[in-house]
Amino acid sequence: MAWTRKILRVNLTQGNCVSEPLNMAWAAAYLGQRGLASKYLVSEIDPKVDPLAPENKIIYATGPLTGTMASTGGRYSVITKGPLTGVIACSNSGGFFGAELKSAGWDMIIVEGKSPRPVYLHIENEQARLLSADDLWGRTVWATEGTLKKRHQDPLLRVSSIGRAGENQVLFAAIVNDLHRAAGRSGVGAVMGSKNLKAIAVRGTLGVGNIADGKAFMAAVAAGKKVLAENAVTGQGLPTYGTQVLMNVINEMGASPTRNHRDVQFEGARKISAEAMHEKRATDGRTHLVTNQACFGCTIACGRISRIDETHFSVDTKPQYWGANGGLEYEAAWALGNANGVDDLEALQYANLLCNEDGMDPISFGATVGAVMELYELGILSEDEIGLAAPFGSAEALCRLAEMTAHGEGFGKVVGQGSKRLCTRYGRPDLSMTVKGQEFPAYDGRALQGMALAYATSNRGACHLRGYMVSSEVFGIPIKTDPRETAGKPELLKAFQDATATVDSTGLCTFTTFAWTMNDIQPQIQAACEGDWSLESLLRTGERIWNLERDFNLAAGITAKDDTLPPRLLNEPCQTGASKGMVAELGKMLPEYYSLRGWTADGVPTAATRARLGL
Amino acid sequence: MEITFKLFASLSDYLPVEARRTNALSLEVPDGSTVAALIDARSLPTRMVHLVLVNGQYIPPAQRAERHLIAGDVLAIWPPIAGG
Repeated sequence: MAWTRKILRVNLTQGNCVSEPLNMAWAAAYLGQRGLASKYLVSEIDPKVDPLAPENKIIYATGPLTGTMASTGGRYSVITKGPLTGVIACSNSGGFFGAELKSAGWDMIIVEGKSPRPVYLHIENEQARLLSADDLWGRTVWATEGTLKKRHQDPLLRVSSIGRAGENQVLFAAIVNDLHRAAGRSGVGAVMGSKNLKAIAVRGTLGVGNIADGKAFMAAVAAGKKVLAENAVTGQGLPTYGTQVLMNVINEMGASPTRNHRDVQFEGARKISAEAMHEKRATDGRTHLVTNQACFGCTIACGRISRIDETHFSVDTKPQYWGANGGLEYEAAWALGNANGVDDLEALQYANLLCNEDGMDPISFGATVGAVMELYELGILSEDEIGLAAPFGSAEALCRLAEMTAHGEGFGKVVGQGSKRLCTRYGRPDLSMTVKGQEFPAYDGRALQGMALAYATSNRGACHLRGYMVSSEVFGIPIKTDPRETAGKPELLKAFQDATATVDSTGLCTFTTFAWTMNDIQPQIQAACEGDWSLESLLRTGERIWNLERDFNLAAGITAKDDTLPPRLLNEPCQTGASKGMVAELGKMLPEYYSLRGWTADGVPTAATRARLGL
Repeated sequence: MEITFKLFASLSDYLPVEARRTNALSLEVPDGSTVAALIDARSLPTRMVHLVLVNGQYIPPAQRAERHLIAGDVLAIWPPIAGG
């Protein structure tokens, strides 16, 4: 089984919570989490709905392995129509909330409507009720989590909430659980805010014991953990250096988008790298990094816990930020650093703390600041308009803009609309480094051709986690490919996208795939779940999910013209690095990709493809 | 000839202490030195030499013995790593 077979449906307009059975036919076709919740979403909402209207729904979904003993089995996803992109949004988070929700007896929560007053959802096993959040509205994620634990006299209460960014409907607002784990991308926090839903607080003591074949599951899980422990990346590299180890790698290759993608190498990268986080500061003799941290059930433990320099200008009068806290992870460090030309590690951590504290996606926030800084340097944005000087490299501007955006002050409200709307507002949409309205993460598509195609075709806008071609083009996992080559990339990307869609539907972390193949994952799912979960079935499930998302996006209004990249990546070559002189060769890859997917030349799944996948 | 030699992550320990804050070292090496010869000369453990870049370009294991360096090259090496 593995599924609890129960959904909690919460209607905020009516103020009620109802239990209903999980659709097991859909579970057999879409597995769980990303896939299964997407099936529910596309079946229940109008694809053209305004993402911030009450008619949009937001789903919190676990996978069949969430809450089990499988390594990294603590994931949950938030699925909705995204306000930043206007397409399907699916943001995945770790920490402990997902496992707690499963342990309370729920596979997923479907939230619909809009509450007339701020509320939070309190779940204690089978009991679910909506309670007033009047006193929590206007408060941060951290304050909300602390207040709810105290109010319910339960330090093990797990809370998933929004801060002021979500309340103010910052279009890249995140949902944060366990203080610094986030369903970060595509603005899922703004949807929660639009519904006047401040938080979900859950306590589950039922456990997750309904495994189809317990003995086989324990054997498969033990074998999987051995692979993770013995692999140099998941057993040593990630726990020691975290994702931040990529800062120097990607920069040395000349694949690090810098100053709003003007450049591909950042001269300050070393100062904000994983290696720098391990070094003692001159000011206090402490290292920035305090320790690593694991999410529920994780045997990798890649998370970073750091302590900011108390003497830094950003926090010298703010002792509330002096303790050990989450960050920096690579994507946040890049977006707050390289994208803006800021090489002040402490300033990056302060901006990152604000993103965690008030629930913002640091990738989209940082990348939007990069656009602000370019517009400022071009003279299009003035100091008067912004409220401060904002040249590239200004740590002061980064920190102040983070405060203004998180708190909804002044020009921060414009930043909170994201790069696409901001650049359009000031007459330079070409300077928005986005796909389908979502900002790029930390890899340049001109230097990594496979990533260029991954960005253009991602179902949630520019994203590295829908098909992480970096794994092949940089790390050589599962095979090393030349990042400058386009040949073979469409086929490889399709395989990555389909496999990732499957992994995102299990309850496992995608980082396991640095060591695991589907051959390691399949026995765990087959042992836990009833039904046919052969390798073939799992990969077909991934492909089905990808096409389901695509169909929804097409119905929402996107076309093949949206499967593209900003003109800068298509026309302005890399100035330095191993890919000097290169642009993103999207036109060489996209037609083949459509063909391999079984789509028309216009990027629409054919009737035969739909029939083959049971759509 | 002079090249720049960089070691990152846990390989940083194989740099002189004074070079660890930059992860980089200027090295005077014989003309025509190969990537493999330099790796051997620094006594780097084979299992930790994973990602090898010359001027940002990946050098596969099979090519390291034939890849000759020229003055000004930047040789950078990482142990097995990943992230995202």
